[in-house]
Amino acid sequence: MAHYWVALWGIVFRELFRFVKQKERFLSALVRPLVWLFVFAAGFRAALGIAIIPPYDTYILYEVYITPGLIGMIQLFNGMQSSLSMVYDREMGSMRILLVSPLPRWFLLTSKLLAGVFVSILQVYVFLAIAWFYDIQPPIEGYLWILPALTLTGLMLGALGLLLSAFIKQLENFAGVMNFVIFPMFFMSTALYPLWKLQESSEILYTIAKYNPFTQAVEFLRFALYGQFNQEAGLYTILAFTLFLIIAIIGYNPSKGMMKRKGR
Amino acid sequence: MSELALDIKQLNFSYGKKQVLHNLSFHVEAGQCAFLLGPNGAGKSTLFSLITRLYDQEKECIKLAGVDIKVEPLKALAQLGVVFQQTTLDLDLSVRQNLLYHAALQGLSRKSARIAVQKQLEQLSMYERQNELVRQLNGGHRRRVEIARALMHQPKLLLLDEPTVGLDIASRESIITHVHKLSDETGLAVLWATHLMDEVLEQDKVIVIHQGKVQAEGAIKELTEITQRDSLSEAFFTLTQKQEA
Repeated sequence: MAHYWVALWGIVFRELFRFVKQKERFLSALVRPLVWLFVFAAGFRAALGIAIIPPYDTYILYEVYITPGLIGMIQLFNGMQSSLSMVYDREMGSMRILLVSPLPRWFLLTSKLLAGVFVSILQVYVFLAIAWFYDIQPPIEGYLWILPALTLTGLMLGALGLLLSAFIKQLENFAGVMNFVIFPMFFMSTALYPLWKLQESSEILYTIAKYNPFTQAVEFLRFALYGQFNQEAGLYTILAFTLFLIIAIIGYNPSKGMMKRKGR
Repeated sequence: MSELALDIKQLNFSYGKKQVLHNLSFHVEAGQCAFLLGPNGAGKSTLFSLITRLYDQEKECIKLAGVDIKVEPLKALAQLGVVFQQTTLDLDLSVRQNLLYHAALQGLSRKSARIAVQKQLEQLSMYERQNELVRQLNGGHRRRVEIARALMHQPKLLLLDEPTVGLDIASRESIITHVHKLSDETGLAVLWATHLMDEVLEQDKVIVIHQGKVQAEGAIKELTEITQRDSLSEAFFTLTQKQEA
């Protein structure tokens, strides 16, 4: 058992260290949501009126509305980026060092996932700290409640990235997937506009957005940030996480998935 | 016969319909340095991927220190140290951090890991450079770090996949000498894939594979006798061209 803890710590530490060393990655992870907050939200403040919807108990500014969506965006990008690093690792070979260590693959991949989630949580808290000075001030307990929520949503989005990395053979293919996964997921969700607004303009979009796992993750975070528990979104996120992780593990199994396709 | 560090029996492997390994059988004893020689496409890389369990096999054909990799993969992998052909170090981490990461994956305690880092790096004259970023090291030094890393957990078998490609003569010499010394002094078994015949010493075992089959195995002297040639290079060409003719 000690072996597992030592290995988990090693994997998390490596990810953290790499993240700290790659300053551009840290900066871009932070600048992206801040631009959305300072520029996009400010521009659309007048155009988009937000009615009183749970978990909010009063009229809110658009900036306040999109903050949980931007938190989700940080985690979505982080999940995809750590899977990008896995495709890179696999091409460069360092993934091999991980996979030939004497530990079960499911454990190695889950540890890698947890390491990525840990990094994304750090990014989110730095973002929330800056947002606080921009008058986005959820209740203090919200900062605490959002931690388990972030862990779950981070795991779900990370598992999605892991799944993609298992089935992408080369880096070149990854750019396409970023366009086909990140942007549709983000725009067809409640990150930027509430579901009822979407329903007003398109029933199809509304349905897609409703069942989009990213929507559920954002809603789970939104409620947690205001000290509330959104059971439906939480369950949906757990379900999506489990499904993505199982498929990813199968993808990395030497006798199944990606490894099997390479030969027999 | 001393203990077998690697025992491969009737190993077959195909990529789809194309069979790349045909009934491959050979073994490497503890303390033995075995060189795997074969032209490009002979099946060396596939064989390494199977020994490291990056690819799976259908039957029980590979044993590492008596443990079957199909039956008890984790126990088998614990006996193995690997240096892949492509560098697998994290360039943005220091030498020490790279080794500690590997130690963690192998389950070494902090204390054991620190001791192992010092021991392995000292043996390769790299201890003073432990805090340098890998990115700052030249190719020869990176290779040394990779060898140090592969030995951290005291494996019984060391796999080296063309570790000296692209290195200068001094770096090559130093790696060849170090690995042979380790094998002699500690009983480490080594399986070394290469194209460079001058890396093989008189006492080493040579396994020539071609088109997925073992063509011949034995010491240099035995191979030159079988083929009635004067050198290992000539013997190798005879063995690998025989099939193509």
